[in-house]
Amino acid sequence: MDHLTALENKSIFIIREAYYRFRNIAMLWSVGKDSTTLLWLVRKAFFGEVPFPVIHIDTTYKFPEMYRFRDEYAKKWGLNLIVGRNEGQVEAGMGPGKGTKLDCCNELKTNALKQIIEKNGFKALLLGIRRDEHGIRAKERVFSPRDENFKWDYEDQPAELWDQYKSTAAEDNHFRVHPILHMTELDIWKYIRRENIPLTELYLSKNGKRYRSIGCAPCCSPIDSNASNVDEIIAELESSHTSERAGRAQDKEDAYTMQKLRSLGYM
Amino acid sequence: MEERSLHIVIVGSVDHGKSTLIGRLFFDTGSLPPEKLEEVKRVCEELGRPLEFAYVMDNLEEERTRGITIDIAHTFFTTPKRKYVIIDAPGHKEFLKNMISGSSQAEAAILLVETTRGIQEQTLRHCYILSLLGIKQVAVTVNKMDLAGYSEAVFLDLKKRIEEVTARYGITPSYIVPISAMEGENVARRSEKLSWYKGPTMLEALDSFEATKIEEKGARFPVQDIYEANGQKLIAGRIEAGTLREGQELWVLPGKSKAKVAGIKKYLEPDLKEARAGECVGLVLEGADVKRGDILSESLAPSITTTVHANIFWMIDKEYRLGIPLTFKCATQEARGKIERIRRRFDPASEKEAVTDSDRISQAEVAEVDITLSAEVAIERFSDIPELGRFVLEHEGHPVAGGIII
Ligand SMILES: Nc1nc2c(ncn2[C@@H]2O[C@H](COP(=O)(O)OP(=O)(O)O)[C@@H](O)[C@H]2O)c(=O)[nH]1
Repeated sequence: MDHLTALENKSIFIIREAYYRFRNIAMLWSVGKDSTTLLWLVRKAFFGEVPFPVIHIDTTYKFPEMYRFRDEYAKKWGLNLIVGRNEGQVEAGMGPGKGTKLDCCNELKTNALKQIIEKNGFKALLLGIRRDEHGIRAKERVFSPRDENFKWDYEDQPAELWDQYKSTAAEDNHFRVHPILHMTELDIWKYIRRENIPLTELYLSKNGKRYRSIGCAPCCSPIDSNASNVDEIIAELESSHTSERAGRAQDKEDAYTMQKLRSLGYM
Repeated sequence: MEERSLHIVIVGSVDHGKSTLIGRLFFDTGSLPPEKLEEVKRVCEELGRPLEFAYVMDNLEEERTRGITIDIAHTFFTTPKRKYVIIDAPGHKEFLKNMISGSSQAEAAILLVETTRGIQEQTLRHCYILSLLGIKQVAVTVNKMDLAGYSEAVFLDLKKRIEEVTARYGITPSYIVPISAMEGENVARRSEKLSWYKGPTMLEALDSFEATKIEEKGARFPVQDIYEANGQKLIAGRIEAGTLREGQELWVLPGKSKAKVAGIKKYLEPDLKEARAGECVGLVLEGADVKRGDILSESLAPSITTTVHANIFWMIDKEYRLGIPLTFKCATQEARGKIERIRRRFDPASEKEAVTDSDRISQAEVAEVDITLSAEVAIERFSDIPELGRFVLEHEGHPVAGGIII
């Protein structure tokens, strides 16, 4: 079995395991390349269907291209799309200019997500995070329990042997399930190429610049690049050494921002 | 270059230099992103310390301020030969469950022993766990050779003791390599200071390991779930061994009814005639009703039983007392039960004799036990079909032990 097929099968196994165990689940779709790949894998796991809601956490600061892409594919793939917004904070003017980046992410993303989970009672969320994205994510489990305060207890994570994922204990409020944790950025791009997965044009070079990682427009800077198709992106990554999140503002404030965000329930 | 990546776990007692070794490996092979190096330099300056390669792996704030590894981290790197997933496992006894989680994903291991402290409790324990998990490809590195003046005599002395211990625990190291992780001697670069050593560097040792091969065995398909797709009932699961073919007759275990494979489905891949070990598929079955946890098998080789004879490793700090209820999880099977008999238990880290016919198992102990279950399961010896020969025990939703069927 070739490398990409092995990675795909591992992901599908995890997705099906989460669906069997909880049934009442949802996946987070940021419209970026990783969660779009996850969405593709979910469609493959269920023979073309997506049997649960797909959540887009909308901070209102996303790129216009992302909203367009989201609506187009939500329709095309027949998704049950839930858009989550922390309305109170949006109205109060929370944004990247106000408070620290940590506050902004926490309010507009984490708390928006909390509201949705509470409202729908989801028992598990599928997330498209990967171990090679960040040192903190390298320490994640595939099935990661969160308590009622959504806290990630990174100092005492459950054992996870082979493909046996932890059952639900009394204190587990919901699980974060990570079906593409084992893929690298390069794996993702090679898989996108093989499967011909559609993506927003933000990843492709325009006037010598492109985005390597996308989130909220004010907090993402493009990189210098002439890669204008997937083949060129792969060639560029294979010869480059800078890390993927180099253009993300979140990680620059403090070396542990990501750890703090995640322990508070961030995705 | 090889297609698949090889999973390697790095184990050994705390402070023997695991994180440093990985940081060094990344640095010397040019796999470290420049901003990561900058970040590590900055944090070290803030803490008033010399450059610590260990911080490349120890990313939690607590890990850096306390100078320890708490949890496993998976990282990725590439040599001209192949891709690697490197799993850094913590060395403290209290984080044993993390070390075992990491090792359960590995095909090969590096065991670190440092020159000043030599073989310690956790070295022994980790060695035993590797052996129990069936990890056969192990390279031992003797680290901190710089502190021993790169002396051949020190190395040979430690090497002899390492060989004794590993032999006792059923491991044959493929190599024993003298290194200095801190100075990068014999890690990715052949050392001048260790010129008396003629074997491979650590990186060459890694490159000589082989990915686990999928052997041709009888088909086994644990049922994962049942779906309705386009009006058709599909039995979802992953083939754990062998090959499934359209038209094939299979036993449905543990009930021993028979079913026929009328179709093999994957999304956007019509007309599949067969599928192999490792593939997730949906089956159209004729002749039997199946449910999650049933094992479809080509033969009646699996044992159908309510008692499981196994070696288990107890991972949590609370001790087990005979009779405490547990949940047994093996492939997609799940059954309630308890340990009925503890034939033998011992602590691989100590010299103490094993206790026979005991009524309890303590943290980090290994035990040979009989587990009784409230329902029949289909199991096999780990050495025959690993996927049906290994299991996890849970108590109230928490994994407490892992086991290997003997
Ligand atoms: N002198 C010397 N010190 C080392 C060497 N390798 C690691 N160390 C130091 O040993 C300590 C423990 O290393 P670390 O990598 O954190 O060990 P771990 O607990 O096994 O991950 C750190 O202070 C390292 O700087 C080596 O080759 N030589």
